[in-house]
Amino acid sequence: MSGLVFLIPIALLMGLTGLAAFIWAVRSGQFDDPDGAAHRILISPDAPLGEP
Amino acid sequence: MTSAETGIKGCPSRLAPPDAPNTSDPAPFVRKVGPQSRLTLSVRGAKCGACLSRIEGAVTALPGVASARLNLSNGRLDVAWTGDLTAQRISAAVNDLGYGTAPLDTGSGDQAHKKEEQSLLLAMGVAGFATANIMLLSVSVWGGAGEMGEATRQGLHAVSGLIALPTLLFSGQPFFRSAWNVLKRRRTNMDVPISLALILAFSVSVAETIRGGEHAYFDAACMLLFFLLIGRFLDARVRRQAYSAARGLAALSSRTVTRLACDGTSQSLRAQDIRRGDRILLAPGERAVVDMKIESGESEVDESLVTGESLPRFSAPGMSLMAGAINLSQPLIGRATAASADSLLADIARMLEAGEQKRSTYRRIADKAVSLYVPVVHSVALLTFLGWLLAGRDMREAILIAVSTLIITCPCALALAAPVVQVVAAGRLFRGGVYLKSGDALERIAACDHVIFDKTGTLTLGTPRLISEQLSPADLAVAAQLARASRHPLSRALTAAAGPGPVATGVKEFPGLGLEGNVDGVTCRLGSAVWTGAGPVAHSGASLFLARGSDTPAEIRFEDDIQPEAAQAIAQLRRLGLGVEIVSGDRPGAVAAVAAKLGIETWMASASPHDKVRRLTELEASGKRVLMIGDGLNDAGALALAHASAAPGGALDVSQSAADAVYAAGLAPLPLLVHTARRARAAMLQNFAFAAAYNFVAVPVAIIGYATPLVAAIAMSGSSLIVCLNAIRLNLNSEKPA
Repeated sequence: MSGLVFLIPIALLMGLTGLAAFIWAVRSGQFDDPDGAAHRILISPDAPLGEP
Repeated sequence: MTSAETGIKGCPSRLAPPDAPNTSDPAPFVRKVGPQSRLTLSVRGAKCGACLSRIEGAVTALPGVASARLNLSNGRLDVAWTGDLTAQRISAAVNDLGYGTAPLDTGSGDQAHKKEEQSLLLAMGVAGFATANIMLLSVSVWGGAGEMGEATRQGLHAVSGLIALPTLLFSGQPFFRSAWNVLKRRRTNMDVPISLALILAFSVSVAETIRGGEHAYFDAACMLLFFLLIGRFLDARVRRQAYSAARGLAALSSRTVTRLACDGTSQSLRAQDIRRGDRILLAPGERAVVDMKIESGESEVDESLVTGESLPRFSAPGMSLMAGAINLSQPLIGRATAASADSLLADIARMLEAGEQKRSTYRRIADKAVSLYVPVVHSVALLTFLGWLLAGRDMREAILIAVSTLIITCPCALALAAPVVQVVAAGRLFRGGVYLKSGDALERIAACDHVIFDKTGTLTLGTPRLISEQLSPADLAVAAQLARASRHPLSRALTAAAGPGPVATGVKEFPGLGLEGNVDGVTCRLGSAVWTGAGPVAHSGASLFLARGSDTPAEIRFEDDIQPEAAQAIAQLRRLGLGVEIVSGDRPGAVAAVAAKLGIETWMASASPHDKVRRLTELEASGKRVLMIGDGLNDAGALALAHASAAPGGALDVSQSAADAVYAAGLAPLPLLVHTARRARAAMLQNFAFAAAYNFVAVPVAIIGYATPLVAAIAMSGSSLIVCLNAIRLNLNSEKPA
């Protein structure tokens, strides 16, 4: 049972890290334009569209 | 290298038609932030990734632009630049690609909505985190029942409580605040039992933990919060989308106007700054934003969006022009007869507001369910408490059982029942070419039993087409040579039929009469019957006459084509049990012809915007629920006032923002809309029925004291899951309306 003393805090810490990442994502506007973000990944900065 | 050179206009994936350029100057909307200038444009017609990169690429290529970012979700383009680049050039760069633009006043309303959605998302994330972690501890308590030492159990409960407290304080705020607000006004809503259940569950669990008791409801409280917040977040998201669509109206009235000063210099102003008596220049292609009286210039004016009249009207000095009309051929100078706040556009905006108010009194199925639910749950919990007290149990036990009743009856399934169905149905409709603007629109559309169609642009394509049977190819070639020089809709139809070719020399346009030019050395005239010397016309359709030299003029007839799938869509709507009628602002002859072709018996022609609203009120008074379908400015009032409404994608933004749904080209999506709305309503009712049935089973279990935290957790997540799965059924079953 003594294992719980550090296992529970570790589990909580990992959860908190995920939560912190989520809060950062919301605050920095990652969810503002879900449609655009889905398309932006396909845009290559080098070749203009319409060219092979 | 910009993609403008590839010559594509509008969305390359053809998800939206190319839009007309915005001819007004967005300069008054530029904001200065330090050395930088900023402008927000509302871009219409951008739908895919290619649009995104074309628009951003073209704007970034302009000199001095620091950043250009298009938000595809709400169609807003934010541009920041330094130097002497004009706002007009930015707008023109986007227009050149075939997208429509309108400058936006970045108001505070939009920010407030965005903030609400963000804070709900955060609250949901925190509650989700807490639920997962407390569940981890609770599962070990449940799994170790009988074997776990009392000290360990108490320790795990204490850790759960430490996670639950901040979660409740943070994520519970939306519910506590709303409950407090209604209680202050001595009323009640759904949030009151929720807040009560949360607070009681937490306090009882703290007491039990301190006492070393077996049951703590920390997991139940957090899970409840998490599920409820999912429902709230989905609801807020649907509402914000509706709000940003409604901003189209604001964007339209924020077009600018060119005012002429006494000394002849021109100045570009926001429409709301125009006063009565100002002199205004209306360039060809520009839309009037205030009512005006023409002082000089003669031109053809397209008033189809204002009156529904499909043919352009000739305008000369002394005639008045209504806001919303588009000038087609020559510049016009006029005097504003009303300030922008008194113009027709503002009149229609007021009609929209009236419609909105009427709609806000609509009680959603969910609201009705809640008003039944709240008193029942409270009395059941209270009776349970008193019953056990009378049965001789001590206070602690009676409270514990009453609280478990309150938790288990808490409306997880109820809170998710409507929003999840709305989101799934909206997704399904979107793939079928319908963009739904508000969630409760589904319920209203499902209840409709009568459809009113506008004619021009809704049942018909809205653009004339040449009927070429009786026209000789030689005549067509000559007529096209003249027509290529003009932007009159009939000339465009001729050009479209004839294809590219030479232009006649010395073409002059006589507004209201026609065109005159030189073809192969012969003076030819293309225009009205009287002007070309053909005498009176027998039929009521649109026609032009071509006179080559002194020959007898040849008649060229045009027709406004009916949408290709119109007949089929109307048959499907009838099979769904809806009555169909046409109410149009166009001439009786034109309306009768369309009605006859589609087999619609009831029709009304020459209807003003007020007539449309009157007809609607009449029908509603006789007990009918009307679904209004229209595209023009003259339909906007009726669209907002109808029980439910839809506008085609090519409609004016005012009409789109007044309508509940916007559908892509053709009428085929309409039966799908009605069909899906009805299925969605059925799914919602099933969900509510399920939530009620669940309570019938769960409440007795709780009342007799068997609702342990484990039972509560299974019951809550199980019922939420069933409700969600039932909503997703809308997607799995791909049956189409017959």
